[in-house]
Amino acid sequence: MSAPDGWEAVIGLEVHCELRTRTKLFCGCRNAFGSEPNTNVCPVCLGLPGSLPVLNEAAVELAMRIGAALHCEIRPSVFHRKNYFYPDMPKDYQVSQYDEPINVDGYLDLPDGSRVGIVRAHIEEDTGKTSHVGETGRIHGAGHALVDYNRAGVPLVEIVSAPDITTAAQARLYAAELRAILVASGASDGRMEEGSMRVDANVSVRRVGDVRLGTRCEVKNLNSLRSLARAVDHEIERQVGVIESGGVVEQQTRHWDEDQGCTVALRSKEEAFDYRYFPEPDLVPLDPDAAWIERVRASLGPMPADRRAAVTALLGGGEPSDARSDQVATVVELGLDHLVTAAASAGVDPALALARTANEAAAAAEAARSVDPAAYAALLQMEQRQELSATQAKAVLAELMAGGGDPAQIAGRMGFEALAADSLAEVVAAVVAEHPDEWERFCGGEAKLAGFFTGHVMRRTQGKANGKAVAAELARLRG
Amino acid sequence: MSGAATTPALAIADAVRRRERRAVEVVEEHLAAIAEVDGGLGCFLEVTADQARRRAAEVDAAVDAGRDPGPLAGVPVAVKDNLCTQGVPTTCASRILQGWHPPYDATVVTRLAGAGAVVVGKTNLDEFAMGSSTESSAFGPTRNPHDPERVPGGSSGGSAAAVAAGLAPLALGSDTGGSIRQPAALCGVVGMKPTYGTVSRYGLVAFASSLDQVGPFARSVADAAALYDAIAGHDPCDSTSLHQVPPACGPAVGSGVGGLRVGLVTELTEAEGVQADVRRRVAEAAEALASAGATVDPVSIPELRVALPAYYLLAPAEASSNLARYDGVRYGLRVDGDDVADMNARTREAGFGAEVKRRILLGTYALSAGYYDAYYGQAQRVRTLIIQAFRRAYEDFDVLLSATTPSTAFRLGEKVDDPLAMYLSDVCTIPTNLAGHPAMSVPFGTDGAGLPVGVQVLAPALGEAVMVAAAAVLEQAAPPTSLPTVAAPTLTGAGTGRGAATGGAR
Repeated sequence: MSAPDGWEAVIGLEVHCELRTRTKLFCGCRNAFGSEPNTNVCPVCLGLPGSLPVLNEAAVELAMRIGAALHCEIRPSVFHRKNYFYPDMPKDYQVSQYDEPINVDGYLDLPDGSRVGIVRAHIEEDTGKTSHVGETGRIHGAGHALVDYNRAGVPLVEIVSAPDITTAAQARLYAAELRAILVASGASDGRMEEGSMRVDANVSVRRVGDVRLGTRCEVKNLNSLRSLARAVDHEIERQVGVIESGGVVEQQTRHWDEDQGCTVALRSKEEAFDYRYFPEPDLVPLDPDAAWIERVRASLGPMPADRRAAVTALLGGGEPSDARSDQVATVVELGLDHLVTAAASAGVDPALALARTANEAAAAAEAARSVDPAAYAALLQMEQRQELSATQAKAVLAELMAGGGDPAQIAGRMGFEALAADSLAEVVAAVVAEHPDEWERFCGGEAKLAGFFTGHVMRRTQGKANGKAVAAELARLRG
Repeated sequence: MSGAATTPALAIADAVRRRERRAVEVVEEHLAAIAEVDGGLGCFLEVTADQARRRAAEVDAAVDAGRDPGPLAGVPVAVKDNLCTQGVPTTCASRILQGWHPPYDATVVTRLAGAGAVVVGKTNLDEFAMGSSTESSAFGPTRNPHDPERVPGGSSGGSAAAVAAGLAPLALGSDTGGSIRQPAALCGVVGMKPTYGTVSRYGLVAFASSLDQVGPFARSVADAAALYDAIAGHDPCDSTSLHQVPPACGPAVGSGVGGLRVGLVTELTEAEGVQADVRRRVAEAAEALASAGATVDPVSIPELRVALPAYYLLAPAEASSNLARYDGVRYGLRVDGDDVADMNARTREAGFGAEVKRRILLGTYALSAGYYDAYYGQAQRVRTLIIQAFRRAYEDFDVLLSATTPSTAFRLGEKVDDPLAMYLSDVCTIPTNLAGHPAMSVPFGTDGAGLPVGVQVLAPALGEAVMVAAAAVLEQAAPPTSLPTVAAPTLTGAGTGRGAATGGAR
């Protein structure tokens, strides 16, 4: 859906992503999701009096990888304190980067051919998590609140796009592509459902042809790509509605209510915090040397767009269908495209390799990523040579993903041992000899009798014969 | 007072290491002196007698086993109560930290232990180190051992007075705008603010992070140098800690000032408000350095006149942020309210004293949208100017000399209602903090009323050794002064000491 006729939307996204470091941004506590509350904490990330931050070099390196992947300039930077009171923020200020961020002026090319500018991608620390305990589970009506500081001090990079996005679909595409890049660069696991990637959308509308920007609203709590698209659509419609009914859009922060399917005002511009930013005196300026930046840029593997192009090129035959494009996008996003490439270069039909990877392997992506590409290629070769049926190949793949090993041995263990071509030919010849009438009718053009012969072959081989191979042998005998 | 009370720290350590004295006896003598005198002085907020005895026994055991416990073996040390001590209340003399026991030791406290020293207690201070008289402590003021009707200075007043009264040969303080040197001057002891970054701030409860520095108090330059040597050095837990090995000060004590170029800073000595007899003592100190072989010339650094206003924007700005965490959520005082914001507000209203609130408000204002550049930004530019001005001065001089404070110890209550007058107590010490340089105060005679006068030696960054050499010469040349006349019986009625503090606050 795009903006109503005569209107256009101006959208910019702010994406927070948690970096996949072993430890937190300023202390040695574990950076892990799902631990018992308040077990990954120490004086530093609890902000105890007297404690001081020490910057995690690994976090800086991952932030630089993001900058490199987004074609940013990587610059000397300074940490600032962003001051506001919030119970899940231990120091009541957040250490962030303000007017001198580490990454500036990049861009992101979307699969639809559009380019979205990246204003900045800076480092900051995450806050803890508050849960309101009470009858409703919501803030209103809560008896008390509990705070878990495990997440406090987890390293984040906030990626701020230019307001180059014009539709909800493009916003979604941007977020999906950015997530693929974050995963591909090794910086983040990009899991929106666990909050390791969080998206806020700044949305304003104006009449087509108007050069002035409308008043924007920031929409928060977008926990999935679907929420993002729905919320942006809703917000565009709401703002157009306000203006068309003679009202004025007020600058607000709004909350997306997934259940109600609408945005709700959280606070207005007047209620906005004055963050009183000033340079963090407990940290020194960050000035990565040119050699380090160069090392980071050089170590960055091919990005999703390049990898999609590589897989598409394997398929040949020009512009792929939408379904194929989706499969390509899936294998790249899940980091499984190397399996397709490995199988294809071992002689497997790229279309078969892509289908198996985008369906069966993708269904268990985590396990599939650890599969030996050579073993994967060998399995698909067996399927292609019809030594295994499709069903059998899928069963062997499941085993391969679960525990690794040699696909031929797995097939044997599972009783899928393929009949050698010559013994299959013997069985087929025997069955044909035993049923001369049927054979004559088959040769006379009664094609459905193929099933009759196949059934007999299957019985005799206890199902080990490959149906396609039987059909091929029957065809050969018929001449 | 007991005999131990005037023995130099290095002599104690020497005797303990040679097994001529036992650390446990040294500690008992000092604990006895504290018990006898501190009820009237109020130097200590907490006396850690049991831990001190245990620690002293460990030191003795090490000596018995043939191990060297370190250069400060068995030396009692008093620690300002804004330095974290594991399991021991650390209050910053504020009600807001009520009941908080740090789960960790400050790096300097760990280093004290590593050097064989014995912490005997936590000393009183102006609340969160904001003040120049120790009167803003939530637990009552500390009194000056030279005259109990007068303040010991501040904010490290408890540490300065404890050393002056012989309750500990050494003490740690912190200096953000003069909080070590000013009370050292008013109490007649040696106090040193090291180069920013040479002593770890990890575990020092922050007042103004870019200015705070931990440093020693002692009754002699040699003892102060030894304590500095024990605590200085890189700490990976403090990102502003310097990687350079800090200059060793102990060996510099006897090296003299022959050929040293000394600048007598006009703005910090001739300024209006500097007491005439203080000025006279500074002039005598300059003569003493000249007769010891230094060349002394006056130097004018006009930029120093704007150091005080710049400081009173920068320090409160940082403080307003540093003190935000005292919100009642995680530790310390909590006063319940209708919602979180109300609880925060009530807690801070009840937990902070007037001076702390004043500085939080000043700092919040200075950082506010629309005012940042005119206040905080402008003050940062002044800071840069002051650094440049010092750099120019140090092209011509090795060290600078000035008064430490404009006046000698003033009366309790005298400046409480006049914050500006109180702030002016630090006019001579603040420039050093803005520059991040070292400076120290050395006792140099008395004023007409017999109160101690301190003179200040300033040096460029990492210039501690030459600074200590000059201070040691001044110490030798200083006019004779009597020890403080604390006599326990005359002080028992004061009622503002530890008893009242511990009873009321915890």
